[in-house]
Amino acid sequence: MTGSVRRPFSRDQRTTIVNGMLVFVLIVIVLQLWLLTATMHAWLGGDESIVWPGLTVSAGALALTVGLLVYLRRLDRNRTRRDDV
Amino acid sequence: MAADGRDPRAPIDPAIGSPGREGLAGTAPASFRAPSFERDQITIAPDFAPADAQPAWRQDFPIDWPQDLYVERRDFLKFLVLTSAAFTAGQAWIAIQNWNRRRSGRPPVLRVAAIDAVPIGGSLVFRYPDEHEPCLLVRLTAGDFVAFNQKCTHLSCAVIPRPEEGSFFCPCHEGRFDLRTGVPIAGPPKRPLTRIVLERRGAEIFAVGVEERTT
Repeated sequence: MTGSVRRPFSRDQRTTIVNGMLVFVLIVIVLQLWLLTATMHAWLGGDESIVWPGLTVSAGALALTVGLLVYLRRLDRNRTRRDDV
Repeated sequence: MAADGRDPRAPIDPAIGSPGREGLAGTAPASFRAPSFERDQITIAPDFAPADAQPAWRQDFPIDWPQDLYVERRDFLKFLVLTSAAFTAGQAWIAIQNWNRRRSGRPPVLRVAAIDAVPIGGSLVFRYPDEHEPCLLVRLTAGDFVAFNQKCTHLSCAVIPRPEEGSFFCPCHEGRFDLRTGVPIAGPPKRPLTRIVLERRGAEIFAVGVEERTT
C-alpha cells in the first residue's frame, strides 16, 4: 500500500500561484469591463436582450474570482497551521 | 544598569510584542525581546545591492522582501476581486433599470403642437414622455416633421438644431447628428438620438412613442 503526504506549498510556490491568479483575474476583469460597456451601450440603445445574459456571465466571473481568493486563503491557512506545529 | 537602577534593555511598553501587536506590517517583529532578523534576510533589496551595501537603517530593520512581495500581490488580488464585484453590481444596476423601464409601460400620447405653430426650418422644444426628457420637434418641409430627444447620446448635453447645416449640433464636444435621421455624423457620439414617434392628427402633431436605437 502506498501513501502520499501532501505538504503545504512553500512561500515561493505560493507566490507563483498568486502571480498566476493575478494574470487570470486581470484578464477576467478586462472582459467584465468590456461586457459592462457593451451591455450599457445596447441597453441605452433599446436592446434589452443582452441585459440578463450579461448579468449572468458577470456574476459567473465574480464567482470565479471569489473562488480563487477563497482557494488562496485556504493555502495561507494551511501554511499558518504548519507554522503553528 | 542605568544610573537610576533601571535596565535600559527592559521593554518600554510591555504590550509590545504581545499577541495582536506583533508589528504593523507583520514583516518585522515589534518586540525588543523577539529575535531580530539576520542581515542575510535582506534577501533582495529593491536596489538589488548586497546586504553590506544597504543603508544602515535597512540593515537595522531588515525586511523579508519575498514575504513583502507575496503579501502585496495577495492584497492586489483582493482589490481586483472587489473590482470584479463592482462590475457585477453595475450589470445588476442595468438589470434593475431595465425592469423599471418595462414596468413603466407604453409612453403616453401627447399633443406637441399645431402644424402652423412651427415654421418650415423651425423647431420647438417639448417634454416627452415625462418632464425630465426635453425633446425637439423640427419641421423639415411643409409636411415633414421629425422629433428627437434633445440629450446628446455622448454625455447628455442639449443638442441644438441647425437646419441650415442639416444637423443637430452638440456644443459640449462638437458632436453632430443628421437632422433627418438623428444618426451621429461627427464627434464623439456613437449612438443616434432617441427618436420620438410622431403622428399627425388633422392639423396637430402628437408624440405617440419613443424609439431608442443603437445604429
